Amino acid sequence: MGDSQYSFSLTTFSPTGKLVQIEHALTAVGSGQTSLGIKAANGVVIATEKKLPSILVDETSVQKIQLMTTNIGVVYSGMGPDSRVLVRKSRKQAQQYFRLYKEPIPVTQLVRETAAVMQEFTQSGGVRPFGVSLLVAGYDDNGPQLYQVDPSGSYFSWKASAMGKNVSNAKTFLEKRYTDDMELDDAVHTAILTLKEGFQGQISGKNIEIGIVGADRKFRVLTPAEIDDYLAEVE
Amino acid sequence: MSIFEYNGSALAAMVGKNCFAIASDRRLGVNLQTVATDFQRIFKIHDKLYIGLSGLATDAQTMYQRLVFRHKLYQLREERDMKPQTFASLVSALLYEKRFGPYFCQPVIAGLGDDDVPFICTMDCLGAKELAKDFVVSGTASESLYGACESMYKPNMESEELFETISQALLSSVDRDCLSGWGGHVLLVLLVFTLSHILCQFQGHQPKCRKEP
Repeated sequence: MGDSQYSFSLTTFSPTGKLVQIEHALTAVGSGQTSLGIKAANGVVIATEKKLPSILVDETSVQKIQLMTTNIGVVYSGMGPDSRVLVRKSRKQAQQYFRLYKEPIPVTQLVRETAAVMQEFTQSGGVRPFGVSLLVAGYDDNGPQLYQVDPSGSYFSWKASAMGKNVSNAKTFLEKRYTDDMELDDAVHTAILTLKEGFQGQISGKNIEIGIVGADRKFRVLTPAEIDDYLAEVE
Repeated sequence: MSIFEYNGSALAAMVGKNCFAIASDRRLGVNLQTVATDFQRIFKIHDKLYIGLSGLATDAQTMYQRLVFRHKLYQLREERDMKPQTFASLVSALLYEKRFGPYFCQPVIAGLGDDDVPFICTMDCLGAKELAKDFVVSGTASESLYGACESMYKPNMESEELFETISQALLSSVDRDCLSGWGGHVLLVLLVFTLSHILCQFQGHQPKCRKEP
């Protein structure tokens, strides 16, 4: 009740101790397209729906899953343009780290710096929080890792997680299906099945995107043909 | 006299079998006057990483303070020690930051890297790295040190022999340099522990050792 009177300014706390703008940002995320990530024993997979506004859109030009470094990839739920800004800043930070230490940036450090950027935008004047939650998947010396970063700047490490529309169903499904000793291929199958749960329409290699990183430490986005192969295996 | 010769210094590092040794002289001078005979030029960054800084003593101390600062922050953020190769890249970057008003010091970095493989390198005052598999030298006595190390060095020496070799190389080189000397400080780092020896210069060139705890 009193909250709405405090929703005009990002940098003012409401009497209940919340920053209402961040809550609204999380709502924006919650109405975005579903994305999820699963950490397997030997790699990580992230996936998202790729629902395009019209059949006239050239789907090969749209890429929601992007690389931050050669061994770290990211997917988002929420406002696409906001995620592009974050990816750009994170790529620069990763390269600055490499320039200084001649060592590839560890996943935790990159996540921490990305989260710091998102937090900055919750405490500065004249800006708004980012309307995206990111799922960062990477493989480094500490093995496979999966992190979620929220508009508030908080980050969590997950074994498996989902964001966006249909998040509660997806998470319940993942909770049932997840095992600690899953291999990467099993994880991809589970990811596809989870997306299928809430998918409206016919799922195919053209309307979902999957990115994987294995022990070879090379993050890559699967081609539609490869996704169709996995889909066939799942049927 | 050049700024690098103001205080006088001699530094050397050598690679042995699963160990390394880093040695320095102990003289601190102001031009030709000796002001201290127990000056420390080798500093510990962590158990498996040491850096020796030759050249202008004030710059060596400041560089060391900056590096310790950076390393402590790194340890807190990344919850691990820096690898020697990473540390060398950091030193190089910090030195190059001052490209047009440099620190007048030349570092010698020695450490045990992944799988405890010994790593040594040196760089000039602007951060140009020079990696080596056998030995690196620095300081006013560097020309003599190059000669002494080149002739005395053998690959894959055990720790005892490595200690003898680097001590003799250092002591005989500083004898030919009036700006460095007054004994030597040798640190021998093996997988398990670090031995630190203080060498007292002796007329007959027999190093007399006092072991540091």
